[in-house]
Amino acid sequence: MEMTKFIENFADQFDDINVAELTPETAFRGLDGWSSLIALMVITMIDEEYEVTITGDEMKKQNTIGELYNLVASKL
Amino acid sequence: MYNPFSLEGKTILITGASSGIGRTTAIECSKSGASVVVTGRREDALIETMALLHGEGHKYVVCDLSSERGCSELVAELPVLDGVVSNAGVGKMLPVQFYSEDVLDEVFRINTFAPMILMKTLVRKKMLSNPSSVVFTSSISGYSNVAPANGIYGSSKSALTAYMKYAALELAGKGIRCNAVHPGRVNTALIANNRLLSDDDVSKDMAQYPLKRYGEPEEIAYAIIYLLSDAASWVTGTNLVIDGGRSLK
Repeated sequence: MEMTKFIENFADQFDDINVAELTPETAFRGLDGWSSLIALMVITMIDEEYEVTITGDEMKKQNTIGELYNLVASKL
Repeated sequence: MYNPFSLEGKTILITGASSGIGRTTAIECSKSGASVVVTGRREDALIETMALLHGEGHKYVVCDLSSERGCSELVAELPVLDGVVSNAGVGKMLPVQFYSEDVLDEVFRINTFAPMILMKTLVRKKMLSNPSSVVFTSSISGYSNVAPANGIYGSSKSALTAYMKYAALELAGKGIRCNAVHPGRVNTALIANNRLLSDDDVSKDMAQYPLKRYGEPEEIAYAIIYLLSDAASWVTGTNLVIDGGRSLK
């Protein structure tokens, strides 16, 4: 799994976001457009792209894109 | 004792009776005097349901209603019915961008097409007496409550609700009443198994219910019993919402 691709996949869930501004350190809950629906979409994207199952509660505990990436990587 | 809601002497088929609202409805129907036929895909779960029923004369049939053959096989095992609770259903949460033909097919097949095919088969084989009552378990998701990522489930239930009205109209001449119940979120495995929602999401959602809690399966079963009973003998084509006031918001 590659971080750049993960960030792209993450950004794809937003209506309007500049992927160049996203880094592993980005605290995604503060991003414009973040919502509970985007959270559901990110979980579903992770299901589909990485075949990794994460729960709403696990999602809730992640704050940065890097943390989320590590969670997915730990389940691969 | 005077009880206009009694199901004494009635034979009722309940699909999806291996858990949740279906199982509880089967138990409550048996307590109200009905003989019930319970169906589902898992035999062990149906045997558990059978053990919880009151009185005698009940029966279970293991079947998969997702195919026309499955429906025919079930109907071949049935006595003539005074009531049907078409309740079997699956939940599914997916954001719009992630829909697939496979998922749509799976959910609509179980939630929407199977009840239609089962009804067709029951009517053709003359398994519904005159009068009889059919109750469909629909959902406020298909009625008034549009929640994120619940579109496949909601539209499958919406379609079922529309179908209910056509069935009510077309089958009235045969004395078959058709109605639907629309539960809000009820404490069953269908919602407990939903990993997408965090505990926090669930508490926020629950706060949207004026009565400040989710429902219990019995609270849906009692409404179903009303629609099955002779107390509802002039009620057909109706949607009964049981949602702790969720639709008021």
